[in-house]
Amino acid sequence: MQVHLRNPTRVLEIEGRRKVHALLTELGLNRESHLVIRNGTLVPGDGELDATDVIEIRPVISGGA
Amino acid sequence: MNPGSKCRTCRQPAIIDLPRHNANFCAEHFLELCRRQVVKAIEHWKLLERDDKILVAVSGGKDSLAVWDLLIELGYQADGLYVGLGIGDYSDVSGDYARRFAADRGLKLIEISLRGEYGYDIPTAAKATRRVPCSACGLSKRHLFDKAALDGGYTALVTGHNLDDEAAVLLGNTMRWEIDYLARQLPKLEARDGFPKKVKPLVRLTERETAAWCVVRGIDYLVDECPIAAGNKHLGYKATLNAMEAESSGSKAAFYLNFVERMAPLLAGHLKDDREALRECEQCGSPTSGDVCAFCRLVATASAHERVPVELIMRGRR
Ligand code: SF4
Ligand SMILES: [Zn+2]
Ligand SMILES: [Zn+2]
Repeated sequence: MQVHLRNPTRVLEIEGRRKVHALLTELGLNRESHLVIRNGTLVPGDGELDATDVIEIRPVISGGA
Repeated sequence: MNPGSKCRTCRQPAIIDLPRHNANFCAEHFLELCRRQVVKAIEHWKLLERDDKILVAVSGGKDSLAVWDLLIELGYQADGLYVGLGIGDYSDVSGDYARRFAADRGLKLIEISLRGEYGYDIPTAAKATRRVPCSACGLSKRHLFDKAALDGGYTALVTGHNLDDEAAVLLGNTMRWEIDYLARQLPKLEARDGFPKKVKPLVRLTERETAAWCVVRGIDYLVDECPIAAGNKHLGYKATLNAMEAESSGSKAAFYLNFVERMAPLLAGHLKDDREALRECEQCGSPTSGDVCAFCRLVATASAHERVPVELIMRGRR
């Protein structure tokens, strides 16, 4: 699957299927600070991602005081 | 679809897991949960009245657009206020998001440009005052929000602060036992000195929830952060709290909400009343303890300084 990430903006290619949780853990990302989006739709933690999916992992943390 | 991810309410496929509620939700019931949390905050802390004339401080990011959207949806009358901070591309782009949101919905957006109207921007102000950019930025925003609310006859100033924001500030203030700041850290600050009340309707929603609200509602917001924020303390506190949240769901909400319910009332008596010492700023009429208020002093210093690009102060910080 193709995974789009930010800060810095980059694209990763990951082999095979994954659950959302497993993917976040694998990438060292906290589930409280990210959303996983596929075709404009959110995918929940135990949602299954296909090997051919294009997904965005969007950080949700704002830094302003 | 695997059997685990069903909506708690309707058993349809879920789109989000909310560990602190120990449940998954479909789009419709996720939105309903968000609305309920906002209504609960508004009612419990008496944040807003039905006839309030509301001004929402809008940045183009997820929280301010979400709170504006929610208030309009809940039937409140709310205009937006966008302050152009002059932080390079970030400010140009964030303004576009705010304008597009307002235009698409036929909402009124008031715009103020620091550079256009006061002759400075945040990077220049930071350099000129030799203070951290967020301090000049916070001072400018507070003053301009107050002034716009007063000039426009608004009765409530709304900001998009969410649970993570408030918990992070609370953690920072607790680590240093800043009693005065702690005593003031409430979802509502009453009107005073002619200024409207200030309220935070999103404090029962986490950052992940406000972002998800925007995704589900199709709200296009600026995902990229203010470049100045990178690596600041506030983000460090958020990361710490989220690490704790990962170990124990709901700890972030308990930390903040129990503070407001149990600790804030104990601190209320310690709130220093600084009103007696206040008089009117000679230049702008705002309440101040000196002759000229901090904002007018900032304008004088910053507008006299040559223009500083944001990249320059970023380099200085690293
Ligand atoms: S991060 Fe600091 S400089 Fe950037 S918008 Fe927020 S307060 Fe202003
Ligand atoms: Zn449902
Ligand atoms: Zn003044």
